Amino acid sequence: MNPRANAEILAVDNVSVTLSGRQILREVSFRIGAGELTGLIGSNGAGKTTLLRVILGLVTPTAGEVRLAGRPRTRRNQLVGYVPQKITLEPDMPLRARDLVGLGLDGHRFGVARPSAARNAAIADMLDAVDATRFADARVGNLSGGEQQRVMIAHALISRPRLLLLDEPLANLDIRSGHEVVHLLARISTEQRIAVLISAHDMNPLLPVMDRIVYLAAGRAVTGTTAEVVRTETLSDLYGHHVEVIHTQGRVLVVSGDDSGAVRTGSAVQTSGGDAQVRRG
Amino acid sequence: MAGFFEPGFFSSAPVHVALTVGGIVAVVSAVVGTFTVIRGQSFAGHALSDIGTAGGSGAFLVGVPTLYGFVAMNLTAAGVMELIGIRRPRGRDLATGIVLGAALGVAALFLYWDTTVSSTTGATINVLFGSIFTISTSTVPVVAVLGAATVAVIAALYRPLLLTSVSYDLAAARGVPVRLVSVGYLLALAVAVSLSSISIGAILSTALLIGPAATALRLTTRTGLAIGLAAAIGVAATWAGILLAYDSAAWSAGQQGWPVSFCIVAAVFACYLLASLRTRQSRHQRAR
Repeated sequence: MNPRANAEILAVDNVSVTLSGRQILREVSFRIGAGELTGLIGSNGAGKTTLLRVILGLVTPTAGEVRLAGRPRTRRNQLVGYVPQKITLEPDMPLRARDLVGLGLDGHRFGVARPSAARNAAIADMLDAVDATRFADARVGNLSGGEQQRVMIAHALISRPRLLLLDEPLANLDIRSGHEVVHLLARISTEQRIAVLISAHDMNPLLPVMDRIVYLAAGRAVTGTTAEVVRTETLSDLYGHHVEVIHTQGRVLVVSGDDSGAVRTGSAVQTSGGDAQVRRG
Repeated sequence: MAGFFEPGFFSSAPVHVALTVGGIVAVVSAVVGTFTVIRGQSFAGHALSDIGTAGGSGAFLVGVPTLYGFVAMNLTAAGVMELIGIRRPRGRDLATGIVLGAALGVAALFLYWDTTVSSTTGATINVLFGSIFTISTSTVPVVAVLGAATVAVIAALYRPLLLTSVSYDLAAARGVPVRLVSVGYLLALAVAVSLSSISIGAILSTALLIGPAATALRLTTRTGLAIGLAAAIGVAATWAGILLAYDSAAWSAGQQGWPVSFCIVAAVFACYLLASLRTRQSRHQRAR
């Protein structure tokens, strides 16, 4: 038995989703335990965001089931914290980082928040936990991408969820901020025993911290440890045509061969900037 | 300083009504307008006020206070906009444009009848550019009740509104009834626009909705403070405009003063310019 095996927080069982006649996900299954950090990897259009929306309860699966801490998913679920892909806040928006974290605590409630010392302390602690105290009083719209990410993570964590979902948190970050956010998430996951699911089109920044990987391609998923999943045979099976997994300079590249009619290839390598993704067409 | 308050300003009944209604309208516009600016829906506000002209001119035609016409028309339009909102954004834009065009056409017809039937051009000016000095005393309680209800709706929706403004998906995932929140906000916007239509006219009402809020957002980082500041700026600009309009009538020989709506909008715009200047200056200083 794996010593890291943990209480199951999220179970996705044979989930299929068809949206306006198009099948987005086919029989996707995986589980995540407390304190585990899982990467949800796939190229654009592979179904990552749809899968996250199913877990959030924003999309109802055509078949299959999502269970949270052993129970079927209900609509208002406080077990799940969510960091959406991109928030676009005008620099003019009069909302401090501190206020946005406060909304994570009680933003779903009607009325105006009553000021309370306990509420302020909880917000200050949370800001501290994500190293955001420095810019706590700045307008959120004026913060850099990495700083906004931290504030959104604090916003998601303050309601003490057991599962944290992040949709492409590294997409708009420079390498250094991305590195910091990844290590912050790994620390939070271990220290607070939270199950973390991070979607990304490039697995490389997550390789040092990922416990497990869910690899999505064309709506289907394979799951396991990185070593089990990121192999030429496994991924070729998943894609339904030959792909090559190449380890180079500490990075992993997945490149498509030209034996599939669906892939128009000039050269064999269709990836850009070392993205671990297969570009089609 | 002698001519600052021209004689009769404080004893004039129409001035009292104008100051009261103008004050209430400014506060309501500021509370709703702050969220309009935050949500980037200035265009929706403007479209509503334009559509409202059909209601205002229709009310004038049948001889009821224009306020009722504005409120009825704007609430209906807000409902229609929300219904259309289910579909794609592009469809919504198109539909808003078509409804807007149709409503303005009806307004043109009503205004034409207004002027031909009563053989006065007063109706057009009244509906489009407001006429705060001619509001009857009996309208004041209606304005107060509508204003209070609108502010109450925004207060009730305060936190979910902010959360949906940050991210619609995030709010939905937290279990916020996002549809209800956006309907509630849109209805509050419809009433706020109606109120400012009777104050400074349907065409200019956006100025009172957006101007003070946009000014306040430049000056503070806190939402609550921004709303308070917007209300203060709105009331100050409205009252200054009323005073200026009253005084200007006394200054000019032929008793031809400046229209009050022009004075209010000018004051709102001056506040915005001052705030922009101030923030640019402080940014400049910080850069050093």
